[in-house]
Amino acid sequence: MNHIPLVLEITILVLAAFLGFEVVSKVPTMLHTPLMSGTNFIHGIVIVGAILVLGLADDGFTKAVGFVAMVLATANVVGGWFVTDRMLEMFKQRPGDRSRRGG
Amino acid sequence: MISDPDALGVLYLVSIICFVLALRFLSSPRHARKGNWVGGVGMIVAIATTLLTEGIGNWALIVVGGAIGTVVGIVRARTVKMTAMPQMVALFNGVGGGAAALVAVAEFHTNAAVLGVDESVSVVLSALIGSISFSGSIVAFAKLQELISGRPIVFRSQNIVDGLVLAAAAGCGIAVVAGAEEQWLLWLLVGLALLFGVMFVLPIGGADMPVVIALLNALTGLAASATGFVLDSTVLIVSGMLVGASGTLLTLLMARAMNRSVANVVFGAFGQVQEGAGVAGADGTVRATTPDDVGVMLSFARKVIVVPGYGMAVAQAQHDVRQLAEQLEERGVDVTYAIHPVAGRMPGHMNVLLAEANVPYDQLKEMDEINPEFPQADVALVIGANDVTNPAARDDPASPIYGMPILDVDKAASVVVLKRSMNPGFAGIDNRLYVDPKTQMLFGDAKESVVKLIGAVKANG
Repeated sequence: MNHIPLVLEITILVLAAFLGFEVVSKVPTMLHTPLMSGTNFIHGIVIVGAILVLGLADDGFTKAVGFVAMVLATANVVGGWFVTDRMLEMFKQRPGDRSRRGG
Repeated sequence: MISDPDALGVLYLVSIICFVLALRFLSSPRHARKGNWVGGVGMIVAIATTLLTEGIGNWALIVVGGAIGTVVGIVRARTVKMTAMPQMVALFNGVGGGAAALVAVAEFHTNAAVLGVDESVSVVLSALIGSISFSGSIVAFAKLQELISGRPIVFRSQNIVDGLVLAAAAGCGIAVVAGAEEQWLLWLLVGLALLFGVMFVLPIGGADMPVVIALLNALTGLAASATGFVLDSTVLIVSGMLVGASGTLLTLLMARAMNRSVANVVFGAFGQVQEGAGVAGADGTVRATTPDDVGVMLSFARKVIVVPGYGMAVAQAQHDVRQLAEQLEERGVDVTYAIHPVAGRMPGHMNVLLAEANVPYDQLKEMDEINPEFPQADVALVIGANDVTNPAARDDPASPIYGMPILDVDKAASVVVLKRSMNPGFAGIDNRLYVDPKTQMLFGDAKESVVKLIGAVKANG
């Protein structure tokens, strides 16, 4: 793995925190549940770690742990995305649009 | 195969940009779904990039593991009911946290001898936070799914025991950072962290769940971020932190909406306080009413404000509520919905349910916006909401919820409360609203009651 200096990593972390606060604070209250499930999906990015561990594993133990991590992380990514999509589909109506309301 | 670290870095940067845009698009319901697709593209880029990294092998395991996860994920996501969304989010939090912890464990197993101090710290944090998030989320899931009691489960000196467990876990962590390479140390740390996660969520009552779910969301993000430090992966660091920031912000918002500090929610064991406190409000008589009477009242009202709560979610009554509202609107009644920030079991819970029922979102009013309108309302129709309507929060310093901003339901000309029985809500606090002379109670399952109300309104022509 390409080593990144710790200070640089911390700098990135802190900037990401500020960016996160900035972006998320603009999300309206009514979308807070999709926000939670959307961020749920995003932390599925840990799948990158799972693939690296499993893909580079030599011994049985690491393979086993990596495999379980792979299953969990994939379920996280796929499930998180589909749930968020299902939810957001329900929000697509325009304000005041009553024509869809029979459905 | 990609061996150039710069090429990998650029591809991961593309996914980071996609994730930020996904969150950015969530600022309006119109673009939100598009945002999720952008996020999906980002994830695919990240996964493809990782798979193409030089040296990746064990393809059979990767494919099988990925396939199992995909099937489980799709089935769960497709079949889950919108009312069950809080437990779904809790479950995915746990799954992500568990994956982060396992990555740390595997990394320690392979590289214990060569880890520098900064990497050891990251391994410890990732294992610790990931494990807490995993077991805590599983308990939150079990509570929300009603596999175990949603009431606070407390025992003597709980905070001290919790503290000792966490201190022991921290001790293991310090040993690992100090250079110990024994595998059992990290396992012990994981075990203690799992135990702490369980004990940290058990004492938290159902009504406080919005705070806890948001907090677990933040923890899982931070665990993923810590994993990024272990693996020197910028995409993990940034994406994890974005989630961490989002979860933290939601946690603070939810705690503020209950006028309590996060520490008070987590360590305060809500259930203990009000054993005797609520009884004072119980004197006075409760007036039960019939669907027909309420039907008449609603039919001839000018302005009705619907106040939904967790009871509506449990009874899955959101579609019937919309039908009732439509029926009233056809008669010229002005219908709006008052949404309290902590109504339900997770941030925005009521909005999702009513969106599922196709209620136009301009009819949903937030607390600050709707409160001045209650005095003009003829009827406030409370459907399965309890603590968020309790006037004691405004004027009874002895009440455990004193100071929490509430919906001013009691200022409406008359109040109808749909409730299963007189059993107090999750928090176990008596609600003075129920003995208010202008309040009428309609007992029964919320869904059945609303269906009866639809019939009663129809009967009025």
